[in-house]
Amino acid sequence: MFLSFLQSAIRFSAIFLFGSVGETLTEKSGNLNLGIPGIMCMGGAGGLIGAAAYIKSLENISQMNGPSVVIIAMITAMLFGGLGGLIYSVLTISMRCNQNVTGLALTTFGIGLLAFVGGTVDTTGFTTVAVYFTKSFPFEEKLGGFGELFFSYGALVYIAFILAIISAVVIKKTRVGLNLRAVGENPATADAAGVSVTNYKYAATMIGSMIAGFGGLFYIMDYLGGNIEYSVDVYGWMAVALVIFTVWRPNWAILGSIIFSMLYLAPNYLDVSFAQKEVIKMMPYLVTIVVLVITSIVSKKESQPPASLGVTYFREER
Amino acid sequence: MIKAKSDRVPLFHISKRDNVPKWQAWLIRGGAVVAALLVSAVISAILTDGASMGLFFKNLFLGVFGTPRRILNLFQNTAILLCIALAVTPAFKMKFWNIGAEGQVLMGGLACVVCIKYFGGKMPNELLLVVMAAFSIAFSIVWAVIPAIFKAKWRTNETLFTLMMNYVAMQIVACCIFVWVPSGSGVLGVLKYGHMPQLGGQNYVINIIVVAVLVVLMFIYFRFSKHGYELSVVGESENTAKYIGINVKKVIIRTMVLSGALCGVAGLLLVAGTDHSLATTTVGGRGFTAILVAWLGQFSPFLMSFTSMLYVFIDQGASEVASVFNMGGSFPDIITGIFFFLVIGCEFFINYKIKFRSFKKKNEISTPDAEGEDTAVGLDKNSEEVTA
Repeated sequence: MFLSFLQSAIRFSAIFLFGSVGETLTEKSGNLNLGIPGIMCMGGAGGLIGAAAYIKSLENISQMNGPSVVIIAMITAMLFGGLGGLIYSVLTISMRCNQNVTGLALTTFGIGLLAFVGGTVDTTGFTTVAVYFTKSFPFEEKLGGFGELFFSYGALVYIAFILAIISAVVIKKTRVGLNLRAVGENPATADAAGVSVTNYKYAATMIGSMIAGFGGLFYIMDYLGGNIEYSVDVYGWMAVALVIFTVWRPNWAILGSIIFSMLYLAPNYLDVSFAQKEVIKMMPYLVTIVVLVITSIVSKKESQPPASLGVTYFREER
Repeated sequence: MIKAKSDRVPLFHISKRDNVPKWQAWLIRGGAVVAALLVSAVISAILTDGASMGLFFKNLFLGVFGTPRRILNLFQNTAILLCIALAVTPAFKMKFWNIGAEGQVLMGGLACVVCIKYFGGKMPNELLLVVMAAFSIAFSIVWAVIPAIFKAKWRTNETLFTLMMNYVAMQIVACCIFVWVPSGSGVLGVLKYGHMPQLGGQNYVINIIVVAVLVVLMFIYFRFSKHGYELSVVGESENTAKYIGINVKKVIIRTMVLSGALCGVAGLLLVAGTDHSLATTTVGGRGFTAILVAWLGQFSPFLMSFTSMLYVFIDQGASEVASVFNMGGSFPDIITGIFFFLVIGCEFFINYKIKFRSFKKKNEISTPDAEGEDTAVGLDKNSEEVTA
């Protein structure tokens, strides 16, 4: 019972992890991208289009090649997520538009796009695609509970964990990460030190959006088994909350996303009424608020938002 | 490597401009709206395998002005959106990024339903409406002022705080609905009590009048009151505000009380005036859309009436287009998204000017520099040329 709860929580955490790692990268560059929920939707829409196009190119569904359909869907999800990031970047970085407003518009657009694509795309064969997405290690069953807990997930879950670890290392340990943090904290200083603020902001936002795009793909193809549902944006907002909860650290996000998904899934495993379920679902947001308040009261330097978060940078302005 | 760089002049150079004539600015914005409509028409033509663009515009207008009912809907939806937009405006003028209007309105709506549930039928309708208004405004103020206190005291990031408060509010509403509807369907039916009276045999007229009055009041508040002045000073520069003796913390909290009160009015109008029910989706993203609308309207109440009507026009028209062309209910979201991108983007051309490099000059500059220290001189020369 508890094992299966933990197993599904770890599996479900991937959607939060993709979103929050992407958003953390973006926010580290000083861009508060409120379009992340929309970008996750766009990633999901891209995955649907990619998978449908691949199926259409086959003469017979039985010819489907597992790895190639997974890779094609991932590439299209990345492209669509990246497209969302590009729209956001062009508007906020090059054209210096307001970040919050642009992000909210992007979210509206993304939600609409996913619902539209989901409503029009040809879904035949999607359940077969989902089988490939959820395919795990062949030796999982031999290892019993241990195998179920660690080796029973589809490829995207492991990719989420790997990306989180890589991002954490890059941000914390490398020169690129140092420059990125400098851009997010004080772009004028970074600029004076010869770091290209524009390039860093573009790269961080685009890569972050691509990673977030996987979140939508994972939710539809892996978690829902190829059934299309449009509630991706809710998880997107939870991913934004997770960024605060983990005080802008992708490695902590692994644990944080598991906690979030446990809180989110707990009502299904507990014998509680509908009303109590809704109260439990409130917990992720409440703990996020508590973390936000505590970090601001304690005001430790390491746990603050990037100083220039939400502020557009124009070199000639002071 | 460095040498090659020193020869390069950027393709274009962006500088700020602040004296754009008003008519020119509005021409650019109007152009963006027209461009957005054209892009939408092209997209819908592509998606429907070549339906004519004329048909797109025809249905767009039919969807909004086709019947008297639709025109009334246009005004009704505009009124609600505008009310929420007015609510977020004071905070934004202060650069307090309150994106929690969704939750604040929802709490107002919840308060109304609570009143109807417990006082409905026990007091006359007029009195009930007054009680509802009081409760709704009080609930919304509480919801708005919590983040404001933390912002004022500890500088807690208000964008993220108010965002989270939205979802807490939604869960509270979902929970209350399950308590009230024990069957577990999660749908609160139409409530019998606490309906706004009809005016001239039409629903919604009171909504429209209330919001119209609010527009004028807010205009006066921003333009002629001391409060309005103080909050714009805080928005422009907090240090200046402190220096001239404005109590910044007090202004932040006071402004959010006002913001919350207006959200409460919006909640009242939604529950008592239009829906007569409540769901987690009652506000339906309008708390976020209102921010966009207010921003497009430059936080001026009268311009905002125009932009919110424009938004509702496009949204309502696009849904008619979608239903005629069989494109599903989500098509309007795509169209409004495109509309926002273009209109947000056009602000760039109003606030900045782009100067392309002249190619003739570039050739003059690109005399090869000697290596080493000379590169620095070359750099200087280039930058002088650019600024000249």
